[in-house]
Amino acid sequence: MELDFGPDVRDFRDEVRDWLADHLVGEFAEHRGVGGPTDGAAWEVRLAWDRELSAGGWLGVGWPREYGGRGLGLLEEIVFEYEYARVNAPYRATVNALDLLGPMLLRMGSEAQKKRFLPPILAVEELWGQGFSEPGAGSDLASVRTRAELDDGGTSRSSGAESGGEWVVNGQKVWTSFGVHADWLYVLTRTDPRSARHKGLSLLLVPTDQPGVEIRPIRNLAGQDEFAEVFLSDARTGADMVVGEVGQGWRTAMATLGIERGTTLLPQQLTFEREAEALIDLARERGALDDPMLRRRIVDAWISVRIMRTTNLRTIAELTAGRTPGAQATTAKLYASTRHQQLGRLATELAGPAGQIVGEGYALDRRQRSFLLSLAETIYGGSSEIQRNIIGEQVLGLPKEPRP
Amino acid sequence: MDLTFSEEQDELRKVVRSFLARHSDEANVRRLAADLQGHDPVVWRRMAGELGLQGLAVPEEYGGSGFGYVDLGIVFEEAGRALLGGPYFATVALAAEALLRCADEQARHDFLPGIASGGTVATLALTEEGGRWDEQGIGLTAAYDETGGWRLNGVKTYVPDGHLADLLLVAARTPSGTSLLAVETADAPGLARTPLPTLDQTRKQARVEFTDTPARLLGPEGTAWPALERTLATAAVLLAAEQVGGAAAALDAAVEYAKIREQYGRPIGSFQGIKHKCADMLMEIESARSAAYGGLWALDAGGDTEIAIAAALAQAFCSEAFTKVAADNIQVHGGIGFTWEHPAHLYFKRAKSSEVLLGTPSYHRELLATRLGI
Ligand SMILES: Cc1cc2nc3c(=O)[nH]c(=O)nc-3n(C[C@H](O)[C@H](O)[C@H](O)COP(=O)(O)OP(=O)(O)OC[C@H]3O[C@@H](n4cnc5c(N)ncnc54)[C@H](O)[C@@H]3O)c2cc1C
Repeated sequence: MELDFGPDVRDFRDEVRDWLADHLVGEFAEHRGVGGPTDGAAWEVRLAWDRELSAGGWLGVGWPREYGGRGLGLLEEIVFEYEYARVNAPYRATVNALDLLGPMLLRMGSEAQKKRFLPPILAVEELWGQGFSEPGAGSDLASVRTRAELDDGGTSRSSGAESGGEWVVNGQKVWTSFGVHADWLYVLTRTDPRSARHKGLSLLLVPTDQPGVEIRPIRNLAGQDEFAEVFLSDARTGADMVVGEVGQGWRTAMATLGIERGTTLLPQQLTFEREAEALIDLARERGALDDPMLRRRIVDAWISVRIMRTTNLRTIAELTAGRTPGAQATTAKLYASTRHQQLGRLATELAGPAGQIVGEGYALDRRQRSFLLSLAETIYGGSSEIQRNIIGEQVLGLPKEPRP
Repeated sequence: MDLTFSEEQDELRKVVRSFLARHSDEANVRRLAADLQGHDPVVWRRMAGELGLQGLAVPEEYGGSGFGYVDLGIVFEEAGRALLGGPYFATVALAAEALLRCADEQARHDFLPGIASGGTVATLALTEEGGRWDEQGIGLTAAYDETGGWRLNGVKTYVPDGHLADLLLVAARTPSGTSLLAVETADAPGLARTPLPTLDQTRKQARVEFTDTPARLLGPEGTAWPALERTLATAAVLLAAEQVGGAAAALDAAVEYAKIREQYGRPIGSFQGIKHKCADMLMEIESARSAAYGGLWALDAGGDTEIAIAAALAQAFCSEAFTKVAADNIQVHGGIGFTWEHPAHLYFKRAKSSEVLLGTPSYHRELLATRLGI
């Protein structure tokens, strides 16, 4: 099914196609499909690719022009993402800032924050990490303990802040994706020490280039160290580095987590489709198609990716028609993450004993890496159990779990 | 892109839902289920007269209103939700579609207006004792003799609403291949029809015996299979939409009960064992929606291959989704869900019968694999 978004965007689509054909060459072309939401492979090449995209004006297609964006609509963003995924371009290294922080600032940031932070994101000059999770606050994010106090005696060190003192931040964050590369973190902190749960939290923008911030890589089960733990010891940031209002950090954080992912669903989907096709090829090579049990699982894998695609298209169609996305937008993550793991399990099984051999220094091939990293998909961004709670309570309206 | 519904389509859904809430409520569903005929001619006429549901997707030149399959899918989804009894699926999804696909313009003019007006109940008689939906399953023969025209000999069974159809479209073997023939049942000689007692009492089936029964050949002899295959693909998608509706109703019932039934001093829906089950049911239904809607969009806008693929996918997935959700609904209800008085079993049985109505999920997986070249 080739997508056609209508005559209005056909010129735009051709422009994207032409540009990608001209620029996705050489080293970039060799890194087709490399990387993922938690896969930091070939980081330097991907950063260079992001800069190439930036120079071509392809980062922030939907962001306002005044902050360095293209000022186009959601449809163009989707078309861009679709064409991007179609040619299997490298996974963008700066995706965290582009998909999460940027849209959040656009929605809730102050004018000064937008002016200060958005252009360097699009220019790939500053990289960002998300500092929400803590050792004691994962699924239960409302129990964050990292504290921030306003020290109004000092003068601001962080860029752009003129007066009003500084926040002093103490605590520990963990599982920060690409944290080792981050120049800045957006951090959920408790600014009212007497508060409990959702109340009294604030979202702060904290520079990492200071003595109060220590970032230690954590090795994941695939042998990569792309996520990190972050120690904040009297780390400082300007008083004006609160996004939204002081004490309203929960709302800001939830907005970030809930930011419409219509543009990112489709590319992920096309990656899964590619994996499913590779799986079918592999099965054919290995003569597995004659085994009725395997055959059934292979067809089911194909069905899953096709359903994910249609589900995403439904959501995109609703968004572009100005409708509120239906329940499928909430169930999609649960479905995709569990089905992607099944796909990975099947692919590894089909690859047989040879598929179990890794390279020197635990170097994994693409299939092995995708399979292992898929285990995180049912954990990050809200675990499957938490997704089921959300679906049960917020979509179906079932009574809440008793909470303390 | 029109992968979402328009306001008019939302309105259609609302109108159909409220009509069915009145005419296919639990009492009526049970009344028709208990009756071997299972047909309410008054409701049938109102469906045609007030809402134009039988002719919704029939082109205007044949007396219909010329809407698309997405619109028709909405009606089937609502029909599934309400467990609508009677010959709607047989008439609209099977017979009208077979007429539209067969190469016989005259037959369309002769039969479709009657279907659209609600005057004709029709069905497709394809399956035989083997219960197969493929071409090889067709054993009944039609023969031509100069004096009497075409005559049918043999047995069709598991024919949806075959006992009450005014018009039977019969797939038969002729010397040059698979052909489609029409039998108008009123006073047809050599025709014996027996309603079959069914596990799912909300959808009736019949056994139909032909002994030298005169029939009218539709289109050129021996060329009917591609048209029938397409008919089955369309029916598969519409059945999938119906299954989605049934599953959604089962989930609604489960959720409603989970909110009010208390154990251990709190509603059972606050326990994750039940809450997560309901969330999984919704995920299953939304995925099934994608499968069914993908099929409807393909029917409206896709080519033959795409339709064939989308249809097989829709049946393979939606059949199992409905059965799973309907069974989970019984589980959420506990003991009460296991009683004859509670409607949960009606959905479960409808799910099971729908699962085999047009071929099992395994059969559709195999169709899909073949069509994908796997
Ligand atoms: C690869 C990866 C990248 C990540 N990147 C980031 C990042 O960039 N920034 C960031 O802030 N965080 C990040 N995270 C953290 C992620 O958001 C958390 O891991 C996740 O929210 C789960 O929290 P936890 O690890 O503390 O597990 P826990 O919350 O301790 O959960 C452990 C288990 O208990 C279950 N559980 C917990 N609560 C409930 C409940 N109420 N009901 C039922 N079951 C429950 C969970 O589902 C899980 O199975 C990342 C995680 C991973 C794996």
